[in-house]
Amino acid sequence: MADPMEEIRASFFIECEELLEAMQDGLQMLEDGAADGETINVVFRAVHSIKGGAGAFGLDALVAFAHTFETALDGVRSGRIDVDGDRLKLFFRCGDLLADHVRATRDGETLETAAHEQVVEALEALGGDLEEEEIGDFQPMAMSLDLPGLGSDGDLPDLGSLGGLPDLDFGMDFGEGGATASGAWLIRFAPKDELYSTGNEPLYLLRALADLGEVEVTADTDRVPDLDALDPAAACISWTILLTADTDEATIREVFDFVDGLCELSIKTAADDAQSNADALGEADLPLLDLPVAEVEPEHDAPAAPTPEPEPVAVPESVAVPVAVALAPPSTATRPALTAAPSAASDRKPTAPHATVRVDLERIDRLVNLVGELVINQAMLSQSVREAGVPQTSPASSRLDEFLQLTRDIQECVMMIRAQPVKSLFQRMGRIVREAAAAVGKDVRLHTDGEATEIDKTVVELLAEPLMHMIRNAVDHGLEKTEARIAAGKSPEGLVTLSAGHRSGRVVIEIGDDGAGINRARVLKKAIEKKLIPADAQLTESEIDNLLFMPGFSTAAEVTSISGRGVGMDVVRTAIVSLGGRISITSREGAGTTFSISLPLTLAVLDGMVVRVEEETLVIPLAAIVETLTLNSTDVRTLGPETQVVRVRDAFLPLLDLGTELGYRTPRGDYSGAIVLLITQEDNSRTALVVDAIEDQRQVVIKGLHDSYGHVPGVAAATILGDGQIALILDPIDLIANASGRSRISTRAELALAG
Amino acid sequence: MSTEKQKSAAVELLSFRVGEQEYSVDIMSVREIRGWTRATTLPHSPAYVRGVINLRGTVLPVIDLATRLGLPRGQVTDRNVIIVVDIAGRTVGLLVEAVSDILTVPQDDLAPPPSLAADEAQTFIKALTIVDGRMIRVLDLSSVMPTAATIAA
Repeated sequence: MADPMEEIRASFFIECEELLEAMQDGLQMLEDGAADGETINVVFRAVHSIKGGAGAFGLDALVAFAHTFETALDGVRSGRIDVDGDRLKLFFRCGDLLADHVRATRDGETLETAAHEQVVEALEALGGDLEEEEIGDFQPMAMSLDLPGLGSDGDLPDLGSLGGLPDLDFGMDFGEGGATASGAWLIRFAPKDELYSTGNEPLYLLRALADLGEVEVTADTDRVPDLDALDPAAACISWTILLTADTDEATIREVFDFVDGLCELSIKTAADDAQSNADALGEADLPLLDLPVAEVEPEHDAPAAPTPEPEPVAVPESVAVPVAVALAPPSTATRPALTAAPSAASDRKPTAPHATVRVDLERIDRLVNLVGELVINQAMLSQSVREAGVPQTSPASSRLDEFLQLTRDIQECVMMIRAQPVKSLFQRMGRIVREAAAAVGKDVRLHTDGEATEIDKTVVELLAEPLMHMIRNAVDHGLEKTEARIAAGKSPEGLVTLSAGHRSGRVVIEIGDDGAGINRARVLKKAIEKKLIPADAQLTESEIDNLLFMPGFSTAAEVTSISGRGVGMDVVRTAIVSLGGRISITSREGAGTTFSISLPLTLAVLDGMVVRVEEETLVIPLAAIVETLTLNSTDVRTLGPETQVVRVRDAFLPLLDLGTELGYRTPRGDYSGAIVLLITQEDNSRTALVVDAIEDQRQVVIKGLHDSYGHVPGVAAATILGDGQIALILDPIDLIANASGRSRISTRAELALAG
Repeated sequence: MSTEKQKSAAVELLSFRVGEQEYSVDIMSVREIRGWTRATTLPHSPAYVRGVINLRGTVLPVIDLATRLGLPRGQVTDRNVIIVVDIAGRTVGLLVEAVSDILTVPQDDLAPPPSLAADEAQTFIKALTIVDGRMIRVLDLSSVMPTAATIAA
């Protein structure tokens, strides 16, 4: 029994994440001023649904908090509370706390309550004058999942036994001259079949209405067929509820929130309705409602007794609903109202979300792996066909080409499955900005762009940590203090932008601020102080900027609680590089700093250059190669006893022999005529790497080496080539960092060898 | 009674030749035996790591057992085989000269090797047994594969 419940719980929490996301979206729209009337409803509904779900699981703490939040939101929705900047900030904090609550509840942790109470107080102060809604409504309901079979009495709730219902007062006087008591509402509620099949129960809705004020419920049973034609799963009864309460339409709609789209609902003031009814009937003498339908005996088994009254039938306390249903006379008068209702309901219906399937990530990974195999297999097949001497123009070859195209397409599709929009990541950053801003007492707004940009799921997950760090840095170090901003003639509110986009086959994520920019003089001074560079070093602007990435560098004059502890950008850079990415800085004095991260679309395939060194075939990531060239004898200059440099357009680059670095051969010494690849590093320094031959440029499927063997210095992973051989994919940055730089055998060593 | 017990505790061993000596492994840890294919050399790896080969799409590290055991490394020919074994969740290929036999040996006949500190190969041997007058060494697979720490070093 515990297991299915666990499953439902788990899916509730997954749903919560989605709802939280929707809520964040809505709040963001409110902040950006892009909101329309529906936006606040979306936010409200999200919080409401979380509360409802939590109630069903008896998660009281979550319910209580969600309720407080919801009450305030309801105030906004009904126009009683105006949304201004401060309140919006409060709502954002509430959203964050709600997310905390959800996660804490999910993981069975208890939430630290100091911040929580503060927010709750603020919320309560905000909604102080709002009438307290009965929280009890949302206590776990014993939802009977056996659908009310209309045929059997026992299953159906007995409307007459509604304890919460006030006395049904038929003496309502609104009919008399169309009395316009402001508190009178006429609600027509017609459930669709889906309402029952989703386990909802009209009884509770009616009960909730009863809590709002005095109600008079009338069951409209004219659509109920004869017993023999009765479909027990169909919804046949609709209700007309006359509610006398000092409330507004939004509050009434809220009762029906859970069945939104599952019923036809129209809510009018009684006055309006009286008018329209009067028109329809040509007779406004509504006290006809008084007609005691109790005459229709319960347990009556006579066929539908024709009642002359075409008005909706009021259900007196003593009449059990199912029976009344079966005996209800056909009515035509209420039809117009019923058919009018759908249009109103469909207007409010949220746009249908895309159909999605939740799939275990492991399964997708397996699929990705298999497709990788397929690609390799296809390459092997092509190669064998070529080697067998089949002419290029033969049908076999052209079919093979089609096969190639198909495998490529499949691979792309599979990669897309793994891709995930960066939106969730960006939303988390919104929170970081708010918290960091609050911690340092700055006024900061986050602007995000390109949230729909998709990137490999693994990358998204691994990016969170470095991104968080950079956002904190931007708020703490990037932006000036409010006074300084005003003095500089900027808006007191700092702006942090976070954007994502595709650029030439890579994803570029930029984190920018409109702060003071990098104070290069200070960076330089600091770097010299910390002995990271020699005191007399002459550095270009971008070289100074890149000092930020050096281990142990921190510029903030004062160490704050959120950043500036010396572990900083170097950690960020390491993380980005390990994802196959690059990071760069652009900064303008007084105008701000932008960090730009460029990442590969996926971690599963890689564009590489296939090279040969000695007998080995190796793959070098194309992204790292800036240029290839053939050396002539004047390009290579001797530097130390064992090292040489290459002169490329007035710059001297270190020369590395790939064969030597990988231990395949001893240095050749003479590299004239050799092919070199110019490899660029994160700091834009370049290195010349000697290879024997360049064979191909192609996409390769990455096969991890870590799991089967372990880390190999200078090697990132492996791949399988068309001939079935394994080729190593180099990690040029790691290779260069660990390089010996030996490209000659020193004279001493030569002598030793000769001797 | 005792014969029954011995029977129930019998182990099956796959025996093979490495550098003129006869070794064996528990057959339950053997996944497959395949012919020699050229391995891709791993840079900066210990001498006994032959490299990696493609085993139906997975990267399989191959260990030259002769080198690992400190025996003379023979010429690798087409007649050499790779025994694919599971070692603590990892799949590894062992390059050996030839597979010779499958032996059923009662558990009780497996004797622990005498400790002789001078012999390096000794640490790789879990047990010894005698079959038809030949001494069969049972490999301790867990000590064959280099640990992550030794690779990183």
